Amino acid sequence: MTSESVVLVENLHKKYGHFTAVDGVSFDIRRGETFALLGPNGAGKSSTIEILEGYRDRTGGSVSVLGVDPQKGNLDWKAKLGIVLQSTGESGNVTVREQLTHFAGFYPNPRSVDEVIAAVGLEEKQKTLIRKLSGGQRRRVDVALGVIGRPELLFLDEPTTGFDPEARRQFWDLIRSLKAEGTSILLTTHYLDEAAQLSDRAGVIAGGRMVALGGIDEIGGADARVPVVRWLENGIQREERTTTPGALVARLGEPDGLEVIRPSLEDIYLGLVGEVSTGSTQRVSTGSTQRVSTGSTQRVSTGSTNDVDATADEGAAL
Amino acid sequence: MNTLALGGSRIGYEVRTYFRQGDTVFFTFLFPLLFLTIFSVAFSSQSFGAPGEEISAAAFYLPGMLAAGLLLSGLQNMAIDIANEKSDGTLKRFGGTPLPVMSYFIGKIGQVLVTGILQAALLLLVARFVFQVDMPTDPGKWVTFAWVFVLGVTTSAVLGIALSALPRSGKSATAVIIPITLVLQFISGVYLSFSMLPEWLQNFASLFPLKWMAQGMREVFLPASFEVLEQNESWNLPGVAIACGIWLVVGLIVTRLTFRWIRKDS
Repeated sequence: MTSESVVLVENLHKKYGHFTAVDGVSFDIRRGETFALLGPNGAGKSSTIEILEGYRDRTGGSVSVLGVDPQKGNLDWKAKLGIVLQSTGESGNVTVREQLTHFAGFYPNPRSVDEVIAAVGLEEKQKTLIRKLSGGQRRRVDVALGVIGRPELLFLDEPTTGFDPEARRQFWDLIRSLKAEGTSILLTTHYLDEAAQLSDRAGVIAGGRMVALGGIDEIGGADARVPVVRWLENGIQREERTTTPGALVARLGEPDGLEVIRPSLEDIYLGLVGEVSTGSTQRVSTGSTQRVSTGSTQRVSTGSTNDVDATADEGAAL
Repeated sequence: MNTLALGGSRIGYEVRTYFRQGDTVFFTFLFPLLFLTIFSVAFSSQSFGAPGEEISAAAFYLPGMLAAGLLLSGLQNMAIDIANEKSDGTLKRFGGTPLPVMSYFIGKIGQVLVTGILQAALLLLVARFVFQVDMPTDPGKWVTFAWVFVLGVTTSAVLGIALSALPRSGKSATAVIIPITLVLQFISGVYLSFSMLPEWLQNFASLFPLKWMAQGMREVFLPASFEVLEQNESWNLPGVAIACGIWLVVGLIVTRLTFRWIRKDS
């Protein structure tokens, strides 16, 4: 298993002075896999990804990226990586084409500039100076620069921020085609639908710890995915979580406002992240409790707590 | 991919982006030309030098403006440029690619050489054809010009790279760097005639490389009768080489110790 892992992180710690940003995170990414790292701002995602990219040194634990410790990564190692950073603000006094052609020259086996420009949908803008592009278009240039070197492993740190819905769909197609070519991808995003669309597995970080880890269809555990049936009874909203929604609906007959809802990745994520903050931040936990249905708060929280342990164990065993 | 070929590709990229930035072109590239013009026009009725050896204001200020060009194209340009690249994420992006640091430096030094040569050529052409300044006819003078230019601009560029670590952000880069270069220009015989300065200030200015670059340029372009106005009444070309050489080594060491694509954990 280890030999097939392009990324292997064990018990990673990162401290800034007295502040612990990453507190014992472990996970792996297998070759060809798209792995989503999810979590609220300040949870330790960016620290983790920057340690993997070689931008930061870790305080403890072990990290291997394409078989190399990122703190010792040389230029040959960097040639196999593609990095799309979270934010960029370069002055951009070059055209899209000039920039891509220039960066392609850094790599031993780059993709064709024309193909990459087409893949990110910037054919019309290829002769425009980058500083004259819109925010979303500049972000596409970032993505293009990340893939121009034909990376084995691609880091995408919130890649679609500022994209309109159409650009986002187009980006998803690009990622699927990279995946089809065998590129391994580490993705962070605040769009949970994006993570659900693109990734094979996901890890949820909160408070510097990995609170859930697993397949994108399993994360959070079966209990968190129990459908919710919602209806109006005498003008009052009622809801119930049940593994047999059909039977419940049959029993209810034809009430007003009938809905059967399967919790989305976003619902499950908010449940997980809410769990972690219950102890520390009252405000956040109240918010997430409201998101999860009122009637079953108790059941959901116990369910996912158990499940966190289960998936964490699974993660450690890998 | 080899370091030199990538360095060459960087030079092309650097020069292209340099001329696309209007403010740099003005404050770095055209500034000495602007001042040469102002001084030549303002002092057009005056002449400089001993009786029988008088020269025009343009001829008198040309060496200082050439030296200022070395400082601006090298030190000021590099320090501000790299401080900006540090803060706007350019360097962080390079840090994530297989671009060798040395290729990046070749690109920077190359950009300084190319723009510095164009700047000096422009100054010389305007001095010669607009202000009718006589150019040296002795090939030895041009050899001196060549080595003072190359040594001066390289030293200046390397010191600029070293100084780019000083500004805390790209926004403050101009405010931190320009006062340094401005003061140096005033005390090193660029805008004010060096021989006018009190001895203690001359000695202080001699600690920095600009005074020596200007002195080397004066040796090339001023008549021999001006030599008595120099410190110790000598052009002291070996001193020019030694002072610039020492600062070059200092700049290389500071750069080697301080330059990083990014400051980890800042």
